[in-house]
Amino acid sequence: MSQTVIHLIMVFGVLGVMMSIAAGLIWVERRLLGLWQDRYGPNRVGPLGMLQPLADVIKILAKEDWVPPFADRPVFTLAPAIVVITVLLVFAVMPFAPGIVVADLNIGVLYFLAMSSLGVYSVALGGWASGNKYSLIGALRASAQMISYEVFMGLSIMGVVMMSGSFDLRRIVEAQRGLWYIVPQFIGFAVFLVAGVAETHRLPFDLPEAESELVAGFHSEYSGMKFGLFFVGEYLGITLISMLITTLFLGGWYGPVLPPVVWFFIKTFFFIGFFILLRAALPRPRYDQLIRIGWKLMLPLSLLNIVVTGGIMLAAR
Amino acid sequence: MKGKKLLGMFSILKTLWVVFLHLFKRKVTVLYPEEKPYIPPRWRGRIILSRDPDGAERCVACYLCAAACPVDCISLQATEDEYGRRYPEFFRINFSRCIFCGYCEEACPTYAIQLTTDFEMSEYNRQNLVYEKEDLLISGTGKYHGYNFYKVAGLSIKGKEKGEGENELPPVDVKGLMP
Repeated sequence: MSQTVIHLIMVFGVLGVMMSIAAGLIWVERRLLGLWQDRYGPNRVGPLGMLQPLADVIKILAKEDWVPPFADRPVFTLAPAIVVITVLLVFAVMPFAPGIVVADLNIGVLYFLAMSSLGVYSVALGGWASGNKYSLIGALRASAQMISYEVFMGLSIMGVVMMSGSFDLRRIVEAQRGLWYIVPQFIGFAVFLVAGVAETHRLPFDLPEAESELVAGFHSEYSGMKFGLFFVGEYLGITLISMLITTLFLGGWYGPVLPPVVWFFIKTFFFIGFFILLRAALPRPRYDQLIRIGWKLMLPLSLLNIVVTGGIMLAAR
Repeated sequence: MKGKKLLGMFSILKTLWVVFLHLFKRKVTVLYPEEKPYIPPRWRGRIILSRDPDGAERCVACYLCAAACPVDCISLQATEDEYGRRYPEFFRINFSRCIFCGYCEEACPTYAIQLTTDFEMSEYNRQNLVYEKEDLLISGTGKYHGYNFYKVAGLSIKGKEKGEGENELPPVDVKGLMP
């Protein structure tokens, strides 16, 4: 009985924390972007502008929830929910600290890869159901980008999996007690970072949205809370990728003095900040460049990483 | 070629670092309501109607401002007082239309209508942007001190005949023979 209660608290706790982080990131991102562009960013609503997300949510809920008459209505309505649901489901296997995990799945890494693949459906269906050619181009780009980057995203983690001998995220973290995997698996880390940016289609790899060419791409027909859900999904995606980098390469909750959860979130927010810095600093590559980097540079690199890691492990045995 | 591409990677890292350093740079934003920007004296802001040094309205209701206005935001009605002096019965400026071009000020023959440095005119109700004469009239002379149209106009009104004002010569007797 008490086990069930603890589980329920864990489930809703993680859900609540994740949703608050996603909402708070609206403010964090706008503020940081502003500071990096020699502006201040939103600083009017509440102390330091921290209530800005609240104002945004009120605005977005009060907006007209409009579905274009040429759109495929059920799919159009369903698409934004998919991205949020798939990303939220991955947080279930995330080990925040020893004992703080919703489901200690022994195939956590595979589960994450599966769920992030399902996330493509959101973008692809959203763009398709909009009945708009720009949205469709955006959706096609998103699908191509996410499929090609998923390949070596999975491969880049394999080095970590080989070294720790487990697909279980908790076991992977525990295997990093002595040395964080960012040191022996630096190539894997770099590849995963790039793939993560592409996977969440964030700048500089935001080709599916590309405001300047595709007028917001797959979500150009979306408005109101449906548009808001895409945004929440994007911020949840950033949080997810940052948390995975922390878990897989930076020793998860390990760190001196401070409690484990604090260390986990410090590392996570470092990478969230890095994602925003990428957005502030880098221009968008051309589409063919993006795909070329993926197949011609990142895929061979991650394969090489696996071969070298495997070779060294065999030699060391 | 390959080396150049690898070096290009470092330029990306350098970009990230340079942008990160901007966190500590001075911000260019002027935090407006707390920090007022400099407004030049010739700023074309809220329109006012000024008065003579004697305190009487300068406006003679000649309609030149209304005619000059490119967006037709000025509306007025002329009338005369018992001294034969023209003044507007009502004078209305619709500031939701006004483009602050200053043509009315240029057209005004009596320096009555003037643009000021005030620009903080936000209203919650659009109708409140329609300013009546009592909203427009100020108690002072505005930018032109000491100017009194009827003292220099060579126009006769009750209490002042032609040529009796300052800087006015008596009217030429067109029927006289003197040069």
